[in-house]
Amino acid sequence: MNWLTEFPEMSRTDLRDLKKGGDEAFKAFSRAYGEALENFFFPLLKFLKWFEDLLVATPWPIMMIIIALLVWAGSRSLPMVAGTVISMLLIGYLGMWEDTMFTLALISVATLICIVVGIPFGILMSKSDRTQAVVTPILDIMQTIPPFVYLIPILLLLGIGRVPGLIAVIIFAIPPVVRLTNLGIRLVDKDVLEAADSFGASPWQKMRTVQLPLALPNIFAGVNQTIMMALSMVVTASLIGVTGLGQEVLVALNNQYLSLGFMNGLAIVAIAIVFDRVSQKYGKRLQKHSEVVHG
Amino acid sequence: MASHGIEIKDLYKIFGPNGEKYIEAVKNGMSKTELNEKHGHVLGLKDINISMPAGQIQVVMGLSGSGKSTLIRHINRLIDPTVGAVVYEDADVCQMSKAELLDFRRHKTAMVFQKFALLPHRTVLQNTIYGLEIQGIDKNEAEKRALKWIERVGLAGFEDNYPNQLSGGMQQRVGLARALANDADILLMDEAFSALDPLIRTDMQAVLLDIQSELKKTVVFITHDLDEALRLGDRIAILRDGEVIQQGTGQEIVLNPADAYIADFIKEVNRGRVISVSTIMSGQPIDAVTKVEVGPDDRLESAAQAMTDMEENRANVRDINGNLVGSLDLKDTIRAMVTAATH
Repeated sequence: MNWLTEFPEMSRTDLRDLKKGGDEAFKAFSRAYGEALENFFFPLLKFLKWFEDLLVATPWPIMMIIIALLVWAGSRSLPMVAGTVISMLLIGYLGMWEDTMFTLALISVATLICIVVGIPFGILMSKSDRTQAVVTPILDIMQTIPPFVYLIPILLLLGIGRVPGLIAVIIFAIPPVVRLTNLGIRLVDKDVLEAADSFGASPWQKMRTVQLPLALPNIFAGVNQTIMMALSMVVTASLIGVTGLGQEVLVALNNQYLSLGFMNGLAIVAIAIVFDRVSQKYGKRLQKHSEVVHG
Repeated sequence: MASHGIEIKDLYKIFGPNGEKYIEAVKNGMSKTELNEKHGHVLGLKDINISMPAGQIQVVMGLSGSGKSTLIRHINRLIDPTVGAVVYEDADVCQMSKAELLDFRRHKTAMVFQKFALLPHRTVLQNTIYGLEIQGIDKNEAEKRALKWIERVGLAGFEDNYPNQLSGGMQQRVGLARALANDADILLMDEAFSALDPLIRTDMQAVLLDIQSELKKTVVFITHDLDEALRLGDRIAILRDGEVIQQGTGQEIVLNPADAYIADFIKEVNRGRVISVSTIMSGQPIDAVTKVEVGPDDRLESAAQAMTDMEENRANVRDINGNLVGSLDLKDTIRAMVTAATH
């Protein structure tokens, strides 16, 4: 009756060999293709570095004006511009300007890639139920698997640095924009689609003139969520060499520096709030046509 | 003016994964209920043969579930038939390739929908140019044409409004302008006015008749409202449970209902507005005394009105060529107006 009280485990040596086999196989893969992958991602690294340097090298008053203008362009709200400028001034005064620029660069590039890759994926998903059935569980895994787990293979393949960090952020942040693009397109009113069909619209014309414009509010909600998730990953990503506010939080955690931790943490929160509110306001403005209802 | 009619030939539609399998059974008389209960397929249309006249309004009438909306969607093949043909200009729409079908929809047909189906993110003008944009017509040219139609349907000044800023009646005017701007010979109207208030509906019917008198398109108009069918239809086909149970002019249907179902249907109709003078006039004699003259295609109601206005009991009938062709008696006129045909 041994098997009742003790779980029938694999023998210790077999288990060790299994793990070792997996590790060896991946390491072999890494040795064979690691450099090729690194070369593949090199343009990305160059782009990210160029963007970081640009943000850091730009004199802070000019940067401040650019940020204020962007916030205005997105939100058309003076209180929001004022709030942003005040929090950025405070961040700078507390010595976190450069780290904030690093984080901004990472988030911007990550979001850009998520949009460029995620929206086409969402469109493909909306076009076929089979694609949706395959992609949905993959997105589920990407959202639920602890990031530390996929940091390991990324680390093995690409080592420590900005690109592995960026990739980790993208894996974590891309699902919402894919999901909501798919959902938004699927929710488009069937009557309007039929009208487009009746006028002889080709599938691409339908996508361009009906489906994407009407899915835009949902796509925008997805982009907003993607930005938020990317921001929440900056601390984790700093474990594998991403510089910026996240790294300072990590230092604070390792050394129990309470104030440093909170200051950098709150700076991340401030950026998150600005991104969130501005993108939401912008999304709402795109929907101008739905505001005035005939009474 | 449209030069070609639409021929619908032996059209069947069975909804379900294996529609073709049951065609023979349905042809041999399997009922809609049996098909549904035993085989899980829905009979949408059965043995439809309608010859829709060029340049005229063909009304397809039926209650909900009769298959009328399914039928109109076969003309531009938004729904594929199980078997059968829809012939226009010697081509069978049902056999067209994808590219031919897109071309056919772009240039030969335009459709107006019950729920308007406007693009909510586009203004009235941008909605109206939609068909032209799909055709690939230059934007300036498209807007020029669209503006003409926006004005024609009475929406001048609303070009930059969004659909949800407009009332239902105005939204359907946009739907009509969008269809007319396409400049297609076939105009498909799927319960186009059913969602509108009665007064606005009458208004829109007048707009349609006015435009049709000028353009002479081949119009297919779907409705569940008999009064609307009789007012608009040059020809009417009545559908029940996916089958045509009677077709003809409004007068033919009102005078000779094919079965008790239709007889019941037309009981409440104002017959004076449907039956024409030529149906009941007598060839001779021409009345020497009366000063009242009516045309053979005038409706009884207006003839009776003319006689009572002049306090006469008889009227002479003069055709478009100016010849006196017969006379009409007031008593006969009123009898024809108040006696319902029975089956």
